[in-house]
Amino acid sequence: MATAENPKYKVIGTRPIRHDGADKVTGRARYGADIQLSGMLYGAMLRSPHAHANIKSIDTSKAEALPGVRAVATSADLPEQGDRVVELGEGAANMRHLTANVLARGKVLYRGHSIAAVAADNIHIAEEAIKLIEVEYELLPPVMDVVGAMAENAPVLNDDIRTESVGSAPPAKDSKPTNVAKHFLFEKGDVAAGFAEADIIVEREFDTAMVHQGYIEPHNATVLWNTDGKLTVWISTQGSFTVRQQTAELLKIPISNVKVIPTEIGGGFGGKISVYLPPVAAVLSKKTGRPVKLVMSRTNVFEATGPTPGSHMKVKLGATKDGKLVAGEAWIAFEAGAYTGSPIGPACMCVFACYDLPHGRVEGFDVCVNKPRTNAYRAPGSTHVAFATETLVNEICEKIDVDPAEFRINNAAKEGVRRVDGPVYARVGMVETVEAIKNSEHYKTALEGKYRGRGIASGFWFNCGLKSAASATVNPDGTVSLLEGSTDIGGSRTGIAMQLAEALGITAEEVIPAVGDTDSVGYCDVTGGSRVTFATGIAAIEAAKDIQRQLVDRAAMIWEVDSSHVSYSDGGVHGPDGKQLSFKEMAAKLHGTGGAVIGRGTSSEATQGGAFGTHCVDVEVDVDLGKVQILRYTAAQDAGTAIHPSYVEGQMQGGAVQGIGWALNEEYWYDEQGEMRNSTYLDYRIPTCYDVPMIDTIIVEVPDPQHPYGVRGVGEVPICPPPAAIANAIYDAVGVRMHDLPMSPPKLLAEILKK
Amino acid sequence: MATRTMPRVFIPPPMRSLTEGEEVVDVGGTNLGQVIAHLERRFPGMKERLCQDDDIRPGLSVAVAGSVATLGMLQRTNPEVEIHFLPAIGGG
Amino acid sequence: MSAKRVVTFTVNGDQVEILCEPRQSLLEVLRDDLDLTGTKEGCSNGNCGACTVIMDGRPVVSCLVLAVEAEGAELRTIEGVACGSTLDEVQAAFLEGAALQCGICTPGIIVQTEALLEENPNPTEDDVRFYLAGNLCRCTGYDKIVRAVQAAAEKRQVAASN
Ligand code: FES
Ligand code: FES
Repeated sequence: MATAENPKYKVIGTRPIRHDGADKVTGRARYGADIQLSGMLYGAMLRSPHAHANIKSIDTSKAEALPGVRAVATSADLPEQGDRVVELGEGAANMRHLTANVLARGKVLYRGHSIAAVAADNIHIAEEAIKLIEVEYELLPPVMDVVGAMAENAPVLNDDIRTESVGSAPPAKDSKPTNVAKHFLFEKGDVAAGFAEADIIVEREFDTAMVHQGYIEPHNATVLWNTDGKLTVWISTQGSFTVRQQTAELLKIPISNVKVIPTEIGGGFGGKISVYLPPVAAVLSKKTGRPVKLVMSRTNVFEATGPTPGSHMKVKLGATKDGKLVAGEAWIAFEAGAYTGSPIGPACMCVFACYDLPHGRVEGFDVCVNKPRTNAYRAPGSTHVAFATETLVNEICEKIDVDPAEFRINNAAKEGVRRVDGPVYARVGMVETVEAIKNSEHYKTALEGKYRGRGIASGFWFNCGLKSAASATVNPDGTVSLLEGSTDIGGSRTGIAMQLAEALGITAEEVIPAVGDTDSVGYCDVTGGSRVTFATGIAAIEAAKDIQRQLVDRAAMIWEVDSSHVSYSDGGVHGPDGKQLSFKEMAAKLHGTGGAVIGRGTSSEATQGGAFGTHCVDVEVDVDLGKVQILRYTAAQDAGTAIHPSYVEGQMQGGAVQGIGWALNEEYWYDEQGEMRNSTYLDYRIPTCYDVPMIDTIIVEVPDPQHPYGVRGVGEVPICPPPAAIANAIYDAVGVRMHDLPMSPPKLLAEILKK
Repeated sequence: MATRTMPRVFIPPPMRSLTEGEEVVDVGGTNLGQVIAHLERRFPGMKERLCQDDDIRPGLSVAVAGSVATLGMLQRTNPEVEIHFLPAIGGG
Repeated sequence: MSAKRVVTFTVNGDQVEILCEPRQSLLEVLRDDLDLTGTKEGCSNGNCGACTVIMDGRPVVSCLVLAVEAEGAELRTIEGVACGSTLDEVQAAFLEGAALQCGICTPGIIVQTEALLEENPNPTEDDVRFYLAGNLCRCTGYDKIVRAVQAAAEKRQVAASN
């Protein structure tokens, strides 16, 4: 994995210190909430205490009268959107729903739904003022459960939602509204015939609870609406360009009037793509002529951002007794939350993605319930379905007495296999990740002790390429300033700089990377979808090639030869008769040869691959408490080519621990009235340092043919295997099969006692 | 195996009512726009389900030869490719 | 709103005097009044540790301390960890060990680690995990953090014995 095993490369595979490191360990790095502007006002928001209600009236007069209050805003201050569906860089959104989610229009659909906002001289006055806003509600029955929400007579959240089925005729406008916003269907082969070939069939129902990405930095936005009509937005976001577009669309102003300056960002995992605060801060800034800062509280983050859905699933798998999978069927319902848009599509595409399944049928539903509008969370949708499929696979292995690693290898998705949703895999590394686990010290060492067990599971996630841009300026001292538009959540600017360095034959330290604002760098899609190191990396490599071409021309001029006789390799230009100049020497000659050299690169490459991971976990179950302790953990993953192995390992470790939290503790806990009862970290309980062991990593490298250096996205897939791996380990330890996430102590204890 | 002379389009199950149950159809076209125009000619109503204002519907993605088409209706096609209509994938 | 008070304390060796409302937390005053924004806010109710500072030698979550309670205190924040323009061992170990991803938890964890190593210069893995259990990190899975803390401890001990 390091250069020793990758002698092709000089920079790739090494572990340089990240370029933004010094700022981040000294507290100097500026995150969204750290922005301070002169004359800045502080905002606070009034949020619904109810899960489902009509808003009869809002009276803001008392709040406005409070000394120190400068402006109050409600949805009346945002333009009507009508019926528009807009592509927002990563996913489409119905603008009427998006604006109603930012500030409720006539109806609140979940507890925490924002209703009004105040800007004041300080945060305490703003918070006092929101308590003075009077809202009259007409309470409606909340719909909290995904299956209940699908029932014919369930209360309907949105009167403009009718079931859309991808590829079907659009639903009639006068048909009855429903909570079932979307329906997907995929088929491959003949499922009935497939199951007829099976010697063994297992079918189970699974439930998973709504969970949050849990990033430590709350959402924030600071906006200045200037007198010339131009807005500047400082925000920590996964995508400055999608913030620009969403803000402009929500305010109905041209995108060129909005400049987004991305600050450092304190985690996102899919949750910091959708816009909540910028349009509100914009309206308050317009009203006051001053910059306005809004920062969410932790409770707001839980109640009113975009967690990932809870689900109900029925999954069925059939295999022959000699261990060949023959058919699979899945029925998956996801909680969309208040408005449509859960990751049900990708869930359907992932449910059988790890396997070569001759016959399959997958049906999925996106269902509105009175919970916050859901969003992506690391490999969105894939963790849910991996929990189902991967526990069924182990159940089959037990019944036919086959080693679960062996079974996975024999049935693995590989090059040439057609997925149930249609496309055929290019070269992928599922087999290699299972083999890595099978050959690991961990798997080969027997686990001893009472109530201890071991489980493995695999997972899949796509790499979406999407669009990126970068530019790179050569400095006279032989360094390169690299400007790119992908906000950096986990060290990506260094991973991108390393690819530029590799292409130019210079060191990582000789590249100075920066993340630009929306006015200074070309369009980049969001930091998400396991795409940045892949796609922005390609853009940087293209920028390096552009620099090479320009340096070749300059060298040809110096040597008075035709450019066709000059080439760029090994960190310099080479001409006839052994003439050569290093990159550094060429850089020193810039001023005398025509001035600045600026390379530019873009990428809209789609990846072919996708990433696979396989995890192995040992647990010990406290049979008196139902508590599960993770004893040992190993994660293997195909990284294509690991650019910076430490950061690849970091993604694997972080993803695995998020998956452990999802498996064992984390859930949105609602009461009958639809009130979330655990909206603090103390009660929601993400894993702490004391809950988990070291996470061992095995990086497998099966290069993606679509990237010059073979990069695959690594950020997302490590969250997929943990819940199933842990469920399988629990079964091995105490003989109970869990079909319900989280596998928290009360639930596990109840199952143990049933035995 | 005879080589194909046209791109191969996989019809999603809900659209098969338009193709009289046909799951896979071969239609001509050197880019996606042409392929969809040909589909529409053969199976009227197809375009409305796939497109909005002459572009791929928001929320839908098209895989050409295993990769998501990033150039929309201008995406090049050739006789060897398979075309699939899929839900758009985002990511965390 | 009650009357503002004058509060005096030292931060990273500097004497400061501020005028604050009794309801303002130490975290708010550090960040908004003194522009020491290295101390982060993740929850404001004592659950995440992002706001950790050292107060009279003890690590505290500054969101749960009122600024007026800091009267006369000696405070050390992330901005006071490096020695001039040289990183201290903990900071350096975090960079070398890639113990941060987004970095929002990092100031709190580094400050907490300083307190740990003061109390226990040679902590075991379990000691480290126990002492840092109040500092949440959602990105790293803690593996590289624990290793970095131990690496820093070792370096410091080697330096001390020379
Ligand atoms: S902000 Fe103080 S503990 Fe979270
Ligand atoms: S590095 Fe992001 S929370 Fe710790």
